Amino acid sequence: MEPIQSATGALSASPVISATGLTKRYDALDVLRGVDLDAHEGEVISILGASGSGKSTFLRCLNLLEVPSGGAFNVLGEDVRFRMKGAERQIADARQVNRLRSQVGMVFQNFCLWNHRTVLQNVMEGPVHVQGRNRHEVREEAEKALDRVGLLNRADYYPSQLSGGQQQRVAIARAIVMRPRVLLFDEPTSALDPELVGEVLKVMQGLAAEGRTMLIVTHEMAFARDVSSRVVFLEKGTVRVQGAPQDLFKGGMDERFDRFVSHFSRQG
Amino acid sequence: MSTPAFTLIGFGPEGWGKLLLLAAGLTLVAAVCSFALGSLLGAAGAVLKLASSRSLRGIGTFYTTVFRGIPEILVVYLFYFGGSLALTRLMHLAGFPGFFSLPFFIIGVVAIGLVSGAYQTEAYRSAYLRLERGQIEAGKACGMSRFVLLWRVIAPQTLRFALPALGNIWQSVLKETALLSIIGLIELLRQSTIASGATRQPLLFYGVAALLYLVMGQITALGIRTVEKRLARCWGR
Repeated sequence: MEPIQSATGALSASPVISATGLTKRYDALDVLRGVDLDAHEGEVISILGASGSGKSTFLRCLNLLEVPSGGAFNVLGEDVRFRMKGAERQIADARQVNRLRSQVGMVFQNFCLWNHRTVLQNVMEGPVHVQGRNRHEVREEAEKALDRVGLLNRADYYPSQLSGGQQQRVAIARAIVMRPRVLLFDEPTSALDPELVGEVLKVMQGLAAEGRTMLIVTHEMAFARDVSSRVVFLEKGTVRVQGAPQDLFKGGMDERFDRFVSHFSRQG
Repeated sequence: MSTPAFTLIGFGPEGWGKLLLLAAGLTLVAAVCSFALGSLLGAAGAVLKLASSRSLRGIGTFYTTVFRGIPEILVVYLFYFGGSLALTRLMHLAGFPGFFSLPFFIIGVVAIGLVSGAYQTEAYRSAYLRLERGQIEAGKACGMSRFVLLWRVIAPQTLRFALPALGNIWQSVLKETALLSIIGLIELLRQSTIASGATRQPLLFYGVAALLYLVMGQITALGIRTVEKRLARCWGR
């Protein structure tokens, strides 16, 4: 598979995703209190934080599965448009959002493969029915993607016949076959049995090595340290600290981050 | 000497076999039409009952409450007399005196379709509620429009979950078409009554009618179970 190339040289200088002062409020609960984050082409960003820090909500805002309550938000150079309905902010242009979503791949914690379709059908669904691409070409590309995650021999299986690790690898194949400009991972290994985590991380590591732009919400400290180009630590809905993993994991940069990391390494 | 039973239900000049089979065919057609109308109404009813607007939900609830709460035979009567009355009034206004009535078949299909639609509303609604949120989110996340999402993800999964309940509803629709005999539609039950009257053999003809209902019901049930089994494979439970 070829690495993604930006359409123009100028575009690669501007961020792929840019969030400014992103907030999210549920009733009385402020989950995000103003998050700023720019993700540039080729960056692999690990988003860490305790549960309740807002990291998953933030990621879900990036492809508008959650509509941010406030803040500006730009994907692939396009400002996402919102409108107000009463006190609530809504998506203004559903077509714009669908177009952007088709270029932003998402991998869920619970895989979320479509139960009623086979592995191959799952992978082909988006390119054929969203992007309207030629079925024969897509089939070839889908098989390549499945081969890459090591599951071509399971193409005709249904998701329920696969292990969690296999389902998650199919989900990754389903995301990359859309030729996304950026990939979002929402705790991709949290629902897996420990012995299945490695196979998924290996696939993700391969994607990172290809130069793909990735944002990963994760609890895998070793992966964040060794694979990502930047680590962002969220706490109580804001970015507490961020930086290169080698600087942050050395310790001494931020006391809360150090405590968070040591807590995880104690757990083993 | 009376004619032997075999001759009476046979296809000879003295036999009622052909008429009974035709009547059974009409029963089947009436049931299919009623069920199809009920499916459309049921899908619409489920959309109403799942709507975020309170007044839309109210309309849906009103529909299911009324048509599940009134005896079916009464619904058939109300449509028969109400429909004829309305049509007669309308024709009088247009200058045509006399009594007019709607075709029995249409009245019957509408009445039974409305009742079955109320039950199908509940079948679709509870099936939709069993859908996992992630299935829909995965569709949104890859950029599906509302229509594609509905057509490719929500409808097939809802249908699959609703199938067992729909099978039951189909069985009862098939039997309820017998109610249409009271408004004069010559379906299976009515034809059997006619034959019993003419031959003074009620047990024989009602027995044959019962058998035909059973056969039609069982064959269709078998079909539904086969589809269910095939679909169950992909859910693996």
